[in-house]
Amino acid sequence: MGKIVAVTGNEAVAESLRQVNPDVCAAYPITPATDLMQRFSSFISDGKVDTEMVLVESEHSAMSACIGAAAAGGRVATATSSQGLALMWEMLFIAAGDRLPIVMPVVNRALSAPLNIHGDHSDTMGARDSGWIQLYSETAQEAYDNAIQAFRIGEHPDIRLPVMVCMDGFIVSHSIERVEYLEDAEVRNFVGEYMPVNPLLDIDNPKSYGPLILTDLYHEYKRAQHEVMTRVKNVVLEVAADFEKLSGRKYGLFETYRLDDAEIAIVILNSAAGTTKDVVDSYRSKGIKAGLLKPRMFRPFPYEEVAAALSHLKAIAVLDRADSFGGYGPLFSEICGAVMSMDGKPPMINRIYGLGGRDYMPNQAEKVLDELVGIAETGKVHTLKDYIGLRE
Amino acid sequence: MKEPLWKTLTPGSVILEPGSSAKFKTGSWRSMRPRWIEENCIQCLFCWIYCPDMSVIVEDGKRKDFNYDYCKGCGICALECPGKKGNKAIVMEKEGG
Ligand code: SF4
Ligand code: SF4
Repeated sequence: MGKIVAVTGNEAVAESLRQVNPDVCAAYPITPATDLMQRFSSFISDGKVDTEMVLVESEHSAMSACIGAAAAGGRVATATSSQGLALMWEMLFIAAGDRLPIVMPVVNRALSAPLNIHGDHSDTMGARDSGWIQLYSETAQEAYDNAIQAFRIGEHPDIRLPVMVCMDGFIVSHSIERVEYLEDAEVRNFVGEYMPVNPLLDIDNPKSYGPLILTDLYHEYKRAQHEVMTRVKNVVLEVAADFEKLSGRKYGLFETYRLDDAEIAIVILNSAAGTTKDVVDSYRSKGIKAGLLKPRMFRPFPYEEVAAALSHLKAIAVLDRADSFGGYGPLFSEICGAVMSMDGKPPMINRIYGLGGRDYMPNQAEKVLDELVGIAETGKVHTLKDYIGLRE
Repeated sequence: MKEPLWKTLTPGSVILEPGSSAKFKTGSWRSMRPRWIEENCIQCLFCWIYCPDMSVIVEDGKRKDFNYDYCKGCGICALECPGKKGNKAIVMEKEGG
């Protein structure tokens, strides 16, 4: 049993990295992830880990150095946020295409313009097609737990893919919460010794990463990359089962809250799920059968399992903290994909909330649930996509 | 049943066979072709140093003719070649011309 502490999300994730003790870390500071890597670099300076820290001149270089170190055969981690993730963009696809299991906590923050440092999901949603596994975290505890599991998932011999661990900027990264830490030895045993595959530093067996592959085989490589993603689900569940034995904390592909007998439900990611659960409770006490589904694994997206969990509902609201201008929110699109093959699809609405860190308040969830009550009665949707929490 | 091709690929498109790029005859991209004029050659080996590929063959310290399998016709060798008394030992000519 480890200790119970009061820490911020950044502190908790930095602690998970200290316990894992990766071989190499290349990073560049960006609000609100700066503090995470700053804490981790203190662990390096204080001799608490033997990670090689590569200080670089940009996030593009940070991810490039991580790719090089991972191809060389190291266990590699970094962290970033917002514009930093955007600057890594081209390298993200290379990390995934080269099948390098880099672990990267991403502290979710809005993208410019206008410039904004607060939490929303436009950064990681923009990277959803990069081939990285994405895990989302409601709390500092979940971010800590996900970060540790991410190493096991990404490094699994059937997978070998990079993993993003997402948590909300400031709301989680800078707020102090109760977190249960595992013992150092428990974490070390859980992640195990790193077993590189095709490391460049195995100089007796020279090899090349990143070849030119044109019309002859590129299409086939991408088909193979999708296949790997189809195996991730089972590994995530297997790792979660082991993690539960260790920590007593249960994780799945998504979390459901009072959903089994619900008639209406909100689907929502990350910290806003906490607020929504409170509102679900208050509606339950009024006799309204409300529930919640919070995806944990967004890439690959567990379409079938989510569809099964939502199939009995009379109305669903999908709340997105990211937008696709001229399109639906990214989470809504996935839920549409999930329910597409269902008979008698429940009516759904998409509500965009909390962009650029706009507070998500209980009354926003209440308004959405009230609307769902009406939709469940009439089966009629007035406005499919709309924005909530807008100032008058 | 034969396994589909995409299932047989090396993960991450890593190339496990060292030196296999020698099989990739990049000379077919060439539109200009360097020609060596032996009588103007002073054996300075600038062409061998400057060639970005492995298309200038040197044996026992002596320059031999080009290996056209990899020569892309970039013309760097011709540009750098001092030749003899102002007469270039490498000239670029149109490929197939
Ligand atoms: S033309 Fe370019 S590639 Fe060909 S031999 Fe000269 S330097 Fe090398
Ligand atoms: S650069 Fe010209 S002179 Fe010098 S070795 Fe090559 S061909 Fe001969």
